[in-house]
Amino acid sequence: MALSGLQIYKLLPGSSKNPAVKKHANCKACGFPTCLAFAMKLSQKQAELTQCPYVEDEAKAKLEASAAPPIRLITVAANGSKLAVGNETVLFRHEKTFYHQPGLFVRVKASQADAAAVAKAVNDYSVEYVGMDLTLDGIAVEADGGDFAAAVSAVKGASSLPLVLLTEDPALAEAGLKAAEGLTPLLWAATPDNWEAMAKLAARYKAPLAVRVDDGDINRLVDLAEKVKAAGVEDIVLDPGLRDYVTSLAVFTQLRRLALKKNERRVGYPLIAFAGDDLALAGQHIAKYAGFIVLDSFSPGTAYPLLVMRANIFTDPQKPIQVQPGLYEINHPQPGDPLMVTTNFSITYFAVANELESSGLPGWLMVADAEGMSVLTAWAAGKFDAERIAKSVKTLGATEKVNHQSLIIPGHVAVLMGELEEELPGWKIMVGPREAVDLPAFLKMVRQPA
Amino acid sequence: MPAIEIPKEKWSGQVKEVTLGATAADGGTRVKTVTIGGETTLPFLHFEGQMPHRPVIAIEIMDRPPADWSPVLLEAWGDAVQNPADWAKAAEAAGAEIIVLHFSLGPDLSADYAQKIVRAVLAATGLPLIVFGPGQADLDNEILVPVAEAAKGENIALGVCEDKNYRTIVAGALAHGQLVVARTAMDVNLAKQLNILISDMGLPLERILMDPTTGALGYGMEYGYSVMERLRLAALQGDGMTQLPMIVTPGEEAWRTKEARAGEGIPAAWGDWVERGINWETLTAGTLVESGADVVVLRHPESVKRIDAMINALMNN
Ligand code: B12
Ligand code: SF4
Repeated sequence: MALSGLQIYKLLPGSSKNPAVKKHANCKACGFPTCLAFAMKLSQKQAELTQCPYVEDEAKAKLEASAAPPIRLITVAANGSKLAVGNETVLFRHEKTFYHQPGLFVRVKASQADAAAVAKAVNDYSVEYVGMDLTLDGIAVEADGGDFAAAVSAVKGASSLPLVLLTEDPALAEAGLKAAEGLTPLLWAATPDNWEAMAKLAARYKAPLAVRVDDGDINRLVDLAEKVKAAGVEDIVLDPGLRDYVTSLAVFTQLRRLALKKNERRVGYPLIAFAGDDLALAGQHIAKYAGFIVLDSFSPGTAYPLLVMRANIFTDPQKPIQVQPGLYEINHPQPGDPLMVTTNFSITYFAVANELESSGLPGWLMVADAEGMSVLTAWAAGKFDAERIAKSVKTLGATEKVNHQSLIIPGHVAVLMGELEEELPGWKIMVGPREAVDLPAFLKMVRQPA
Repeated sequence: MPAIEIPKEKWSGQVKEVTLGATAADGGTRVKTVTIGGETTLPFLHFEGQMPHRPVIAIEIMDRPPADWSPVLLEAWGDAVQNPADWAKAAEAAGAEIIVLHFSLGPDLSADYAQKIVRAVLAATGLPLIVFGPGQADLDNEILVPVAEAAKGENIALGVCEDKNYRTIVAGALAHGQLVVARTAMDVNLAKQLNILISDMGLPLERILMDPTTGALGYGMEYGYSVMERLRLAALQGDGMTQLPMIVTPGEEAWRTKEARAGEGIPAAWGDWVERGINWETLTAGTLVESGADVVVLRHPESVKRIDAMINALMNN
């Protein structure tokens, strides 16, 4: 947890009991008039500790520890991609935002004939959502009796995503780590029985290590994490061993609270959760505090909603995702093609633009600056009214690019029609359908009046 | 090394308990009643407080075959959509604990028509009932008061009250002993304000369900999610005007999305249509249950099963 300016001051030379250090008090070498002034700047993160040449080692260690994130950032990596999780600062997204999306991993078993094919499908999966390409994060390879090293190699060949190696047998773990040479996989798991061997491997292969108990007991889990840490492993992931809804919700919440509110360093690591084939359980883990989530299988119909949910929960609540206002050309429109207006909220823009694009119909999509709000929200907030729309028509280039004077407005704001006709004399205002899905049919109808 | 002590929040507030429906003993004809609310903890954190009642699932039915519902839904309900009484029975069989009867705009929508349909639905099912008007202020007012009268004694809920349109509906609830659903646009202060306005008219808070509004997954769900978390935190911290059970309509929102409605011309990455649609509703609803929903209004029978299983698991402590 961050220290206050006064707490920091107590650790600086000005407060030292050692005369050899104390004599530097207020020497200004840091660039500030006094040690206290420097402490204040440090607490506001407007100065660096290294600016003071005289800080004692013990104090330095304390200050550095206090500056470290309460939940350690852990990175797994492969040739093509990497994933960093942890370093969260709040319990509820409205308090600030969640920063590091949990990794979604799909499990394959070493004995599974199509392990490489599944890995490839997971690797290749990508779905567009509001202009972002959403993808899964990796493969969890389970040593279940087949040839583990061969399976890891096959998966590594078929996918360029990070790996989790699922085995509690140190010999298999080593074989897997060797096969994953060059990558940084997460090794799961050290248990009360095997931790010494697993910690050695993790340290040797520089892989993050998950520690697991089987009953959700936080003290046993911490005990294990401390042992592994003492054995030289710093990148630790916690697995309380729970696989259900209610106890995992409780324990994950307790761990997050301990790390953030109690500044309990011993639990300051990301968590790993196993959701089986349960979509809603995976959803719970996204919202409630997992860093890694392992799913038992892959299908596009499940991956898509989970990826969207993750994007939603990890959106910064302070700033809605927006697109640049402007006149967008869809499917190479000609001056005579239809002109439509929408808002610059990303979800709104892409709902409409995607619909038009996939229909193949050319058109001009004018995106008004509605401060990143949806059509009705912006309308209700007075950010998408006749005046603003008329101004957009005049300033965003529509009058230069389009050779007609007709404008299609979203069906939800049909009430704006009259006012808009007053704001844009000579223009014909057409009320489009309410939902973007119905826009292509509407455009076809306008083109070829029945 | 000192053992770690599990931190527990000490909350001072409690969500009010609200009961829907009335059995013969209370002057109604419902086979059972449903009580929700009463929480003294954030959702499902049983280690630090009580959740005396499980969140419940309501199924939404329409007064006439819906014109704009996804074919996936129409397929699931089959012929039942032809008749609201049949539909109510099918919904009960599918696991509903409450029926939400939602009137649509139609040429024959009138006080008589609405009363007739409400009586038929009450006769067809023993479950508690919530009635939503078509969502246009004048029409809602025109039918909801007669509906309140027709359902006298049944302790139904009328919806939805919004800041611009709550007086007539609340008056109807007061006159005929019913409850109301108060809906505001994803804002803690707006929700409080509407609850104050309604209770100022004399309706006790124990007869109000609040609907903070939800968006579908991918269409603004996270705003509703966070507002619900904030409302529940405020309730537990002792803010009386937020201590009402929450009802949300993830079914309606999720099935309005393109993901749930469109089966053709969509990217392969979207996967199987039926699976995707159900997943869309399930994940929207499940997320809201975890942020404090006491009633989720759903549309697809399979989502009902999945959310029911999820709630059971979360109540199993
Ligand atoms: C999420 C949300 C919010 C978020 C804002 C999100 C954002 N960045 O816009 C928050 C919580 C901040 C919010 C705030 C408010 N909101 Co709001 N909000 C919603 C909600 C739940 C979803 C909106 C959404 O994102 N929809 C998805 C997008 C994609 O929809 P869309 O923009 O309409 O686009 C679709 C169509 O319009 C169409 N389309 C779009 N462009 C075009 C163009 C053409 C040519 C055509 C043909 C079609 C078309 O295609 C799209 C897909 O089908 C709705 C209720 C609901 N469930 O719909 C209420 C809602 C829009 N909000 C409402 C209100 C009143 C408000 C507030 C004024 C409340 C307040 N007083 O604080 C504020 C205003 C904001 C402010 N003052 O800062 C009301 C509006 C009521 C009305 N009819 O007037 C609604 C309807 C809720 C309600 N029932 O009361 N809101
Ligand atoms: S460098 Fe700054 S902080 Fe360090 S002893 Fe001198 S005045 Fe104090």
